[in-house]
Amino acid sequence: MNQELSVITDEQVEILLGDLLEQYGYDFTGYSKASIKRRILRLYSLDKQVSFAEFRYRINNDTVYFKRFVEQITVNVTEMFRDPGFFKTLRDVVFPNLGTYPFIRIWLAGCSTGEEAYSISIILKELNLLHKSLIYATDLNPVVLEKAAQSMFALSQMKQYSENYILSGGTKDFSSYYTANYSLAKFNDELKSKIIFSTHNLVSDHSFNEFQLILCRNVLIYFDRDLQHKVLNLFDESLEGLGYLALGSKETIDFSPISKNFKRIPAEKIWRKVS
Amino acid sequence: MEKCEALIIGGSAGSLDVLLKVLPALDSTLSFPIIIVVHRKYGADSLLPELLSGRTSLIVKEIDEKEPILAGTVYVAPSDYHTLIEKDKSFSLDYSEKINYSRPAIDVTFQTAAEVYKTKLVCLLLSGSNSDGVNGLISAKAWGGITAIQDPATAQVSYMPQQASIHAKIDYILRIEDMAEFINLLS
Repeated sequence: MNQELSVITDEQVEILLGDLLEQYGYDFTGYSKASIKRRILRLYSLDKQVSFAEFRYRINNDTVYFKRFVEQITVNVTEMFRDPGFFKTLRDVVFPNLGTYPFIRIWLAGCSTGEEAYSISIILKELNLLHKSLIYATDLNPVVLEKAAQSMFALSQMKQYSENYILSGGTKDFSSYYTANYSLAKFNDELKSKIIFSTHNLVSDHSFNEFQLILCRNVLIYFDRDLQHKVLNLFDESLEGLGYLALGSKETIDFSPISKNFKRIPAEKIWRKVS
Repeated sequence: MEKCEALIIGGSAGSLDVLLKVLPALDSTLSFPIIIVVHRKYGADSLLPELLSGRTSLIVKEIDEKEPILAGTVYVAPSDYHTLIEKDKSFSLDYSEKINYSRPAIDVTFQTAAEVYKTKLVCLLLSGSNSDGVNGLISAKAWGGITAIQDPATAQVSYMPQQASIHAKIDYILRIEDMAEFINLLS
């Protein structure tokens, strides 16, 4: 991709975001501009669009293309046991605490294609907590949720995931959790049995339950400050007292009004609700 | 040359050595920020800013998302995220696909900065073994910015600056010993 001068202007980005809101009810206006513009430019050149007018027409009138557009402008890059130290803290600190509860409700917001949901499920199973847990894995994008529900990931990734798993404190043979099927690894059904995949839009949808743990990693970086505060507020409302909130390695609640209700676990981006 | 509003230095294999030589010789009163995007292994996160900060009286810090970009500060792009420049001259981070097998990708920062700083941007590409940064230099040039590369003859790994000199229009080819003076004169 080599756009010497931007083929899409900032004004045109605004027009597209306005269309999405008006036509489809998807509100991307609180997203960081540089990132979303880069995603739009990337798709524009990937699909060899010839003019902005045609590109816009297609998004507005071709629902299949609209789905592709949303899938492509939202970032769906993820991996299993990403940041192993983070998952080690879940295993060693957070889940043993939550294990004393009769029932554990977890919300994984922005779950994308599901790699983290299965990672959490594996840890819960090893701690013998999976039977009394429920993982609500949500994303605004129905296409990635369909993929997540298939519980199949590229076999070529398994070496990396297995290394991550071991670094996160896993001691089992990682390959015992999946069966290889041509180029895909299909994860055992038991791991999926306590995951509910469902659409939820952090920008426009409300809280839908009370949780003991909310994970939302590398989603807030795409939002502007106002939208970050709004979403953090939603998490605060959705979290029980003494529940945990986990964010991505570069994200923080420090500048948000909710920070006074939380205390951070040292070394990780995990906060516990104290009031 | 128009007054520089931001200097972005990109580098890969062999670039750390250059940074360690150049930073100590920089004026402590630079009137623009320096943004450093280097490829490095994930996990060695806090080490690079610390290492660099020991070599200069300028403030050195790792970039926080949404942080405003201030003059006289050396910003280091975090590993495993792309660093983008917003129109309001703040940073945003992005965890999208690797580009040129790299995250952070130098191209992403050069390209997003090119549109924001236009003629007041200076991009410097150092030693490295892939062609990340080349498209970014082309964008910077297209928006009127200044492009510079490490003289490939002085680079530990000459491929990256060499590719830039072939594909992009380069304004300055700098030996390591001339870089600090070049940067100080941008102020």
